[in-house]
Amino acid sequence: MNKSHLLGAVTFGLGLLAAAGSASALTLGFSQVGSEGDWRPAFSADMKAEAKKRGIDLKFSDAQGKEENQLKAVRSFIAQGVDAIIIAPVVTTGWDAVLKEAKEAKIPVFLADRDVESDKDLYVTRISADFNLEGRLAGAWLAAAAKGKCNVVELQGTVGSAPAIERKKGFEAVIKEFPDIKIVKSQSGDFTTAGGKEVTESFIKATDGFKDVCAVYAHNDNMQLGAIQAMKEAGLKPGKDYLMVSVDGVPDMFKAIKAGDANASVELRSDIGKDIYNVVEAYLKGKHDFPKWVKIASDLHTADDVDAVMAKRGIK
Amino acid sequence: MSDINLKKVGAAAEKRALPAAVWPLVALAVILIIDVIISPSFFSIRVVEGRLYGSLVDILYRGTPPALIAMGMAIVIGSRGIDLSVGSVVAMSGAVMAALIHGDLSPVIIVFGTLGMGLICGLWNGTLVAVLGIQPIIATLILMVSGRGIALMINGGRIPTFRSEFFEFVSTGSIWVIPTRLFLVAFVLLVLWLLLRKTAFGLFVESVGSNTQAARLSGIGTRVVTLSAYGIVGMCAALAGMVITGDTRSSDAVYAGVDSELDAILAVVLGGGSLNGGRIYLGTTLIGVLIIQALTTSILMSGLPPEYNKLVKAIVILVVLLLQAPKFRTAVTALFRTGKGKAKS
Repeated sequence: MNKSHLLGAVTFGLGLLAAAGSASALTLGFSQVGSEGDWRPAFSADMKAEAKKRGIDLKFSDAQGKEENQLKAVRSFIAQGVDAIIIAPVVTTGWDAVLKEAKEAKIPVFLADRDVESDKDLYVTRISADFNLEGRLAGAWLAAAAKGKCNVVELQGTVGSAPAIERKKGFEAVIKEFPDIKIVKSQSGDFTTAGGKEVTESFIKATDGFKDVCAVYAHNDNMQLGAIQAMKEAGLKPGKDYLMVSVDGVPDMFKAIKAGDANASVELRSDIGKDIYNVVEAYLKGKHDFPKWVKIASDLHTADDVDAVMAKRGIK
Repeated sequence: MSDINLKKVGAAAEKRALPAAVWPLVALAVILIIDVIISPSFFSIRVVEGRLYGSLVDILYRGTPPALIAMGMAIVIGSRGIDLSVGSVVAMSGAVMAALIHGDLSPVIIVFGTLGMGLICGLWNGTLVAVLGIQPIIATLILMVSGRGIALMINGGRIPTFRSEFFEFVSTGSIWVIPTRLFLVAFVLLVLWLLLRKTAFGLFVESVGSNTQAARLSGIGTRVVTLSAYGIVGMCAALAGMVITGDTRSSDAVYAGVDSELDAILAVVLGGGSLNGGRIYLGTTLIGVLIIQALTTSILMSGLPPEYNKLVKAIVILVVLLLQAPKFRTAVTALFRTGKGKAKS
């Protein structure tokens, strides 16, 4: 125990001595939201693993979904004099005071995942995926797969939610480039399997059995899984006669792609540790001209790489 | 003066009083006629994949879970109660069903386990209302809030998916060409009708609903009657949970049956039931369910932007309720008459 303390002190001392240049001696504080759902624990695990790989001393703090825990964690990072602080904010507001303290202590702050509403000068940049980009990627895949000619049925997410708005906008921005691709039906399935199924059932009737429809684009995988069920029950062949593309990359969607019922899923990646550390390290080495939002590209999985993805994630 | 006028008109209206079921039926017919105008193939029905296929079938098919819940709700409302927890009971019984399916048990045990969950929930609500005397809206609010938490806990915070031939048959299968779930509704309707109209139970519930004190003084075990009413709606919700969970082959603790309590209460009211209790209308409640479901299906078919879904639904339901309100009808008739009178003079 003493030894590890000593080691910690030495690393810390080294960190102060080395003028924040050598990557091996970095000490970073990371305040995570919590461990809800499937995605966030995977994100935390990747941050830790990637830090270990790079020899970064990562001080990890789980806020358990509470902003006060997060503020406490950030203040303790400041007191410890870490080289940089990474925050995945629980909420968007109430950050001004603590961000000012970090600035006074000359510790750069980076945001991961969610945004905050505060003075843009108080943090370096936000590093996260972009719903809009996810929609664009889905649109680009579809445009290529359908060779620029397709009538699309769209299953929107919950009306007014950020992912629904941006995934729609991004998708539309890409297909606008192709005069023969258009959305013929669009409704909200509330991001649920049941919603996606019911909406698809009525779309099938409204289009006389998906006549002239060539693809289904869903704002998340769960709705797409519902659409697949509805189409099969109506005697249609999703994945074969119809192109199926959606966003998220949940385990059941990979199974559906493997079974040939779906074609592509844009993945909200959880292994974004390296993207975040790359930005942090570059900044500490002196590169300061970052945009206020560094967008992480999403992955897109199809039948070509589904086996590899499933093996990597341990999905059976 | 206008008072006398109103009375006269009221009396006249009463003289040619139409049966209570007419207005909900008129509303349903109007919605269906609008559907045919929007989509001419609306009434076409054929057989696809060994099952009836068409928009009308969709309305009946999608209307099954709300129909099951609404029939139970009609009984509780008849006893001057209300059950806000039905949506959560749907989620909980669905979670139990998914867990039992993963436990590789026989379908019979799973059915009993799932219905048992609903019965326990119903008896819990009934105990709070009948024994502890808590107001129904508060008593059932407790399970409405906590129920989804319990369901999440059973699901382990995830959305478990499963395959089960039996439950896929119950929810999405068909007997001959008719969806199995429609038989389920018919069966429940028959059982409840026999219970309510061929035994004294219906009369007991309605008398508890009209005047609990009087019912007790005339020797009715009001507590047992109330308990039974909540137990029945709990089991109805569990059956709906079975259909909903079997449909998507996944148990979604957060969204399964969400808002179904409101649709069920609305269906009872559209069917002419009063929240003051005292009457149970199973048949017209089912018409109420069909109105709501026909409306939902029509909105999905119409190509209306989803931003307007709820607004359109609310406006149509408001119109139906106004049509049903005798005061509104007499007022409109009176207005029409005075307007006519003026035009003549």
